[in-house]
Amino acid sequence: MTTPDRPSRWTDHEVEQLVAGLLRIGVLVSAAVAALGGIALLVQHGLERADYHVFTGGPAELRSVAGIVASAARLQSPGVVQLGLVLLIAIPILRVALSLVAFVLQRDRLYIAITSVVLAILLFSLLSSGHP
Amino acid sequence: MTALVSSGAFVAGLLGALTGLGGGLVIVPLLTIVFGVDLRYAVGASLVSIIATSSGAAAAYVRAGYTNIRVGMLLEVATTIGALLGAYAFPFISPNIVAVVFAIVLLVTAVQSLRPGVEHVAKSSSALARRLRLASAYPTPHGMQPYEVQNVPAGLGLMLLAGVLSSLLGIGSGVVKVLAMDRAMRLPFKVSTTTSNFMIGVTAAASAGVYLRRGYLNPVLALPVMLGVLAGALVGAHLLSRSPTKVLRPLFAAVMVVLAIEMLYKGLRGGL
Repeated sequence: MTTPDRPSRWTDHEVEQLVAGLLRIGVLVSAAVAALGGIALLVQHGLERADYHVFTGGPAELRSVAGIVASAARLQSPGVVQLGLVLLIAIPILRVALSLVAFVLQRDRLYIAITSVVLAILLFSLLSSGHP
Repeated sequence: MTALVSSGAFVAGLLGALTGLGGGLVIVPLLTIVFGVDLRYAVGASLVSIIATSSGAAAAYVRAGYTNIRVGMLLEVATTIGALLGAYAFPFISPNIVAVVFAIVLLVTAVQSLRPGVEHVAKSSSALARRLRLASAYPTPHGMQPYEVQNVPAGLGLMLLAGVLSSLLGIGSGVVKVLAMDRAMRLPFKVSTTTSNFMIGVTAAASAGVYLRRGYLNPVLALPVMLGVLAGALVGAHLLSRSPTKVLRPLFAAVMVVLAIEMLYKGLRGGL
């Protein structure tokens, strides 16, 4: 391993290139999941009148990550679409997490702390329970 | 209806990529004014689209090697806190005020997009920037070009505002980010543009999480909008080298001014 004085084996740029490749795959996967759910939604419900003019908030199950995963596991089409959207929201969070790993490998304490704060805020936003 | 929403989103993504101004700024006005979508659903769909385009474009930006990941991560502390503040304040703010603020941001962005940028290069880094090791270098045809960083507190303050605006309006807040990084912190354009893209997805994710739990992400709306914007942005990125940016920028700026007037009218009359 590296000492704090020596440059690390991984440069910032190499790490970023790897991460960017993963991000692109992540976008394609989450868009594909959401699109498959969308096709199923269209097949099952057809072109019913769109219901986004008046705010209802939708069913409670589709408002939490655990509920969405459960709904998608039962292959309910709105749940599968929502799962794709959650995967999409998870991509920037994954990016920050990977940056944290890179800073840990570089033993950069200051930026380990800064990145941890950002990651904590993101995880709190997505996962904290209760109605915000 | 869904096909129309999707094509509108496609055009927004296409123009956003071709002009470099991002499509996020026109999605909410398009959805609310043209399609009569509830503001909360529109903001949710727009944020999801922004995450898709900024993450999808990351590979192209990173290859160029301009992103300053330390500057990005430090400023993200401010943008994510701002985004959370905005997301929690959103239910208590009248849609009419949101519409007026939106109109102002659209107008400022339109004006800014037509003005030639002046690069302010700093000769030395401030004490705080040195302690945070923010100075770096970026590749040019003549080798690596080092640059210095200044005014970190002003940059953080503006980024807090960028985060609040991002969650309230469902936008990437590019214009405020440019102010923070180009004007205050004196970063070179190429570095600030790519670092801004790095931050947009993370900032949007901070409020998208709250909005998901509050039911602002409507699958029937968010899906066609997200796919439309993403497809438009991908096509735009491929056409970029062949497109007449000089013609498109004023055109897109004009679209923004029209939408700004509509938003202002709706906001003042109370129709949103």
